[in-house]
This record gives sequence, structure tokens and C-alpha cells, in this order.
Amino acid sequence: MVKQELRKLVTYSFFLVIILIPMLGFRSTTFEPGRVLKTFGVFVAILVINFIVKLMRRGRGDTTVKRSHWSERVGQHIGRIPKIYTLGGLLTVAAVFPLAANNYMIDVGITCLIYVTLGLGLNIVVGLCGLLDLGYIAFYAVGAYTYSLLDLTFGLSFWAALPIGVLLGMVCGCIIGYPTLKMRGDYLAIVTLGFGEIIRLVLNNWDSLTAGPNGLFGMKRPALYYPSFADGGLEWVTYYLKSLPALYYLILVIVILTIIGVGRLDNSRIGRAWVAIREDEVAAELSGVPTTWLKLLAYALGAAFGAVAGAFFAAKLSYTNPNFFLFMESCIVLCIVVLGGVGSIPGIIVAAFILIAMPEVFRGLENYRMLAFGAIMTTMMIIQPEGLIPASRRRQSLRAADRRAYEEQNAED
Amino acid sequence: MPKTNNHAILELKSVHTYYGNIHALKGVSLAIPKGDIACLIGANGAGKSTTLMTIFGVQQAEKGEIIFKGEPIHQLRPEQVASRGMAQTPEGRQIFPRMSVMENLDMGAYLRRDKDGVKEDLEWVLSLFPVLRERSTQPGGTLSGGEQQMLAIGRSLMSRPSLLLLDEPSLGLSPKLVERIFDTLIEINKKGTSIFLVEQNAHMALSVSAIGYVMETGRVVLTDKASALLENDQVRKAYLGE
Repeated sequence: MVKQELRKLVTYSFFLVIILIPMLGFRSTTFEPGRVLKTFGVFVAILVINFIVKLMRRGRGDTTVKRSHWSERVGQHIGRIPKIYTLGGLLTVAAVFPLAANNYMIDVGITCLIYVTLGLGLNIVVGLCGLLDLGYIAFYAVGAYTYSLLDLTFGLSFWAALPIGVLLGMVCGCIIGYPTLKMRGDYLAIVTLGFGEIIRLVLNNWDSLTAGPNGLFGMKRPALYYPSFADGGLEWVTYYLKSLPALYYLILVIVILTIIGVGRLDNSRIGRAWVAIREDEVAAELSGVPTTWLKLLAYALGAAFGAVAGAFFAAKLSYTNPNFFLFMESCIVLCIVVLGGVGSIPGIIVAAFILIAMPEVFRGLENYRMLAFGAIMTTMMIIQPEGLIPASRRRQSLRAADRRAYEEQNAED
Repeated sequence: MPKTNNHAILELKSVHTYYGNIHALKGVSLAIPKGDIACLIGANGAGKSTTLMTIFGVQQAEKGEIIFKGEPIHQLRPEQVASRGMAQTPEGRQIFPRMSVMENLDMGAYLRRDKDGVKEDLEWVLSLFPVLRERSTQPGGTLSGGEQQMLAIGRSLMSRPSLLLLDEPSLGLSPKLVERIFDTLIEINKKGTSIFLVEQNAHMALSVSAIGYVMETGRVVLTDKASALLENDQVRKAYLGE
């Protein structure tokens, strides 16, 4: 038993070293004995760390059952404070932030908030309805390009273009939703991935409309209109939100509206039906849930939020090009949803800030920035698989349900 | 079988169903008497579950008619069928694993708007299956197999159906639990709900039913009173292991 465990330990450590070698920056053009020694040193270090971890786990007994839920305890503490205080506190911090921060920080903050909107939108599709969508960024692109083109060709204002962008986003959501109604899991993932790429490639190659890879530029910023009586008569004055703090407040309002919208959907009849579809589609269908319509609705509403974020993004930068909408972006948004806790609104907000702000924080590490980012992601998923702040439904059940399923499977075998 | 049957709550008239190229139901005709328990027995792959899915509209019938309470329903979607007073407990305890027991039961009443009636029915379901009350806040996935089956049946009852379709309620349960479930089915039936039972456990199913249908490779091959089928040599040999 012990011997077997030890052999496993050595094998694991060996493979870990092989994986780590390229990351450690060893070159293999010349042979140096010292380098071999160094590699061996790393191997021993990993072995020792693994051994210590193993001993600690053994000391704690059955780890899968007794693992401490730090997030739960934190959640309980937060839960004791009246909700209005926490919400008020967070809102104050968010509102005061631009006054205390420099432009760079505000810019990062805006990006974070854009991704909060995207994460919450994707959460409807992935988190509530359980449909894996790897091409979500396409709707972001649709929103961005709709505003850009409407502004550049017809001179439409941001606010007039926004509903059109949302509508087009929803149409696109239905276009991807309808043919995939009967698909699940891997197949759905592949189709959505393809859809995301199609949108990007169309934008990239339709030179006459989208100016191809050069992108579109010169869009107006979002504007506020207020009445003025300065010249004696009533006049509407247009104030363009050009400064970063002004744009920050605009996206903050968008995020708050998104949170309210998604929160209300989550708690509605529709939200319950979505969760039922996620849990078991056939059972949901037999309970009288119109699954076809609700799945399409999930795609359409998710796309709508993506389009809003896209329109804001294009208006903020006053520039857009197809390379903003790479597959990688879809992945990041999906990471936000999974890391935050599928279906959990506060989790997604926290995860968006971590995932977007963290690479900025690690700039000091230079080339190792993405390595540190990856390491933290991986560690997070190992120690906290339900996400940072799991949705209440998952928190109480995920581990217990998995354990039960495991036991039953063993019993049936 | 008579052409029109006024006593039948549900009637299938030579129904054909395909899965792609596979001809799963080859002209199934049967009738479920109002207020009674009827059962459909047969081996694995005979088309029993397909029959239920076709009745409910999850699978579309290619040919034939399905009449429920005197109205054709073979072109309706599942939610429309459900809203007409039919409920189905799917095979293999398909409950919502991460929803609490209460939320699961609540989903069964998804189409209902009468809050008082739902409350009343909830009390009734919880009195039928007292264990569900004890587990009410627990996620469905953490229940044992028998409890999950009770939850699945309870959820179907929450829509106050006039006809309850059950797919293999005895699957994977201990004999004692099976007996307990079937006792409850009789109780449910006494309250006026017609029941259509699909079972591999032929003995148990026939002993609670009024009418039995035997299915083989997509066809109903034998129809009789359940008590007569229990005595039928062919059935005894093939399905009762005697």
C-alpha cells in the first residue's frame, strides 16, 4: 500500500517536471552537466512538496468529505450583515473609485465592468440554462459593429443605436439557438465555437462594409442630453461622455441594470424553468416547461447583454476591429462564469475583476505574467471547483450530490 | 377493440413512431379506461418507453391518432399535452438533482396558477410520501433511489393530472420498496387519477391493473384483463418466469 503510493508520487512528480521544463526556460541546444543537476533539484523539490501535501491530506482523513468550505463560512459572515449595508457599501466604493484612481486604473476598471456585463449575459445561457456556448463573443462583436456602422453611415446616436444592436444581437442569438436546439454538450460547444469564428471571419473579410482588418474608427462617444435655458429659449445641449470617469459611470449604470435584470430573471418563473432544463431536460419537458422557447429565449437574452457591452465598447474606444473578438475572448468570458461559480451573480462579478485585473497586477512579473495567471486559475479550480462564490443551490448540493452519485454507481456495480 | 371508446381516457389508434430510420412503434393501438390502472408490459426494447414518449409528444407520432379526453393530441407539444391534464414520471428517476425536494415538487406545478390548489396538492403528496417532508430542503440528488422515485412520482402528481403515465417505477428498487410504491399507486388511483403503467416487473404491474397490454418489438401482441393475463400461459412463460 505504502509502496504503491510512493511509486505513484514519484511518477507524478516526474511528469510534472517534464511539463515544467519548458516553463522553467531550459534550452536544449547545448549540454551542460550543471543544468541536469538543476533539473534534478527541481524534481526533488516537487517530490518533497508532493509528499508534504500527501501527509497533510492523510492527517485530515477523507478529504473529499471533510474539506473545509471557507467560502461558505465567509458567505455566512457576509450573510449576517444586512443586505442593504453590503450593497450600499459596494455601490459607494464603486462610485467613489474614479475620484481616487488614476486614469490607468479607471481604464482597467471599465474593462472589468464590461466583462462583468459579458459574464452575466453568458451566465444566462451557461449558468442558468446549462447550454455551453463557446462563441459568445460573437454577440459582443455584433453589438460593437452595429453601433459603429449605424453611427458612421447614418450618424445615429449611441442611445438610438443601442436598441437596434440589442435586437440584432437577439436575432443572432436565435440564429445560433435554433439549429442547436437538439444538441447537447460537446456538439453544441463545437457549433457555437464555429459560429463565433464565422462572425469574426465575416467581419474580417467583408471589406466594403466593415473595412476588414483595419477596423472602423471615428464613432461618436455616448452622449447625455440636458435642457438649457441659457439663451432664453429651451435648448437641448449634447454632452459627450469623453472622459474616462464619465464612461466609467456609464458602464457602471449598465452593469447595475444588468445585475438587476439577470437577478430578476434568475428568481422568476422563467429562471426556474431554465434551471430545470439545465438539471434535466426531459424531466423539465414532462413538467410542462416549453423547452424550445425557453432555450431560444436564453440565447436571445444572453446575446442582448453581450450586444449592449459591445456597443459600449465600440463607443468607448471609438474604434473597433475584428481582432478584438478572438476565440480567446469567449474563453475568458466562460472562465469568468466558471471561476465565479456557475449561476452565481456575485461570484461572476468578483471573478471578472480577478480575471481582468490580475494580469494587470502581475505586470511586474513580465514574461511570467500569464504563467502566474494560469497557475492561479488551475489552483482555484482544484481547491474550489464550485467557483469563488457558488450559487446557493450548488453550494449546498454539489459535493453531496456527487458523493451520492458515486456511491450509487459503486453500489450498482 | 371497439372503434370509439367512451370509457377510455386515452386511446391510441395504430400509432407509428420512428427514430430516424428505426421503426420503433409499428401501429400501436390501446385504450386506457377512465379511473382505472392499465399496464403495458414487455421486454427491453419492445417500445414501451417510446409509447409513453409518443403519447406525451416528446417523440412525434408519424402516423395514427392519439385521443385524450376525446380530443386528438398527437400534434401537440409536450407542454400542451401537460396542460391538458396528463403527467409523466420518466424512467430512471429523472428528478432535478440540484434543486431541493420542495423546488422539485414545485416544478411539477409549473403550469398551474391556482396557488391554493397547489398548496393542497403539496400537502396530499407529502402525506403520500412523508419522507419527502423530512427531506424537503435537501437537494434531490442526495436522496436514495427509492426516495428519488417517490419524488419523481410526487412531482408528476403536483400538476393534478387526470392521467398519470409511469415509466418503470420499480426500476432498481428493492422488492419491499416496490410494494410500497405500488400501494401508493393504488391510493393515487382511488383518488380518481387514471394510471398507465409501463413495467418490466410484469407480476407486480398486472396484479394492480385492471387491463394489461403485452408489447413485443413495437407491436401490442396481447390484450386482456390483467387477471386473465396473469393466468395466460404465454405471459407466464415469457414474463413471469414460470
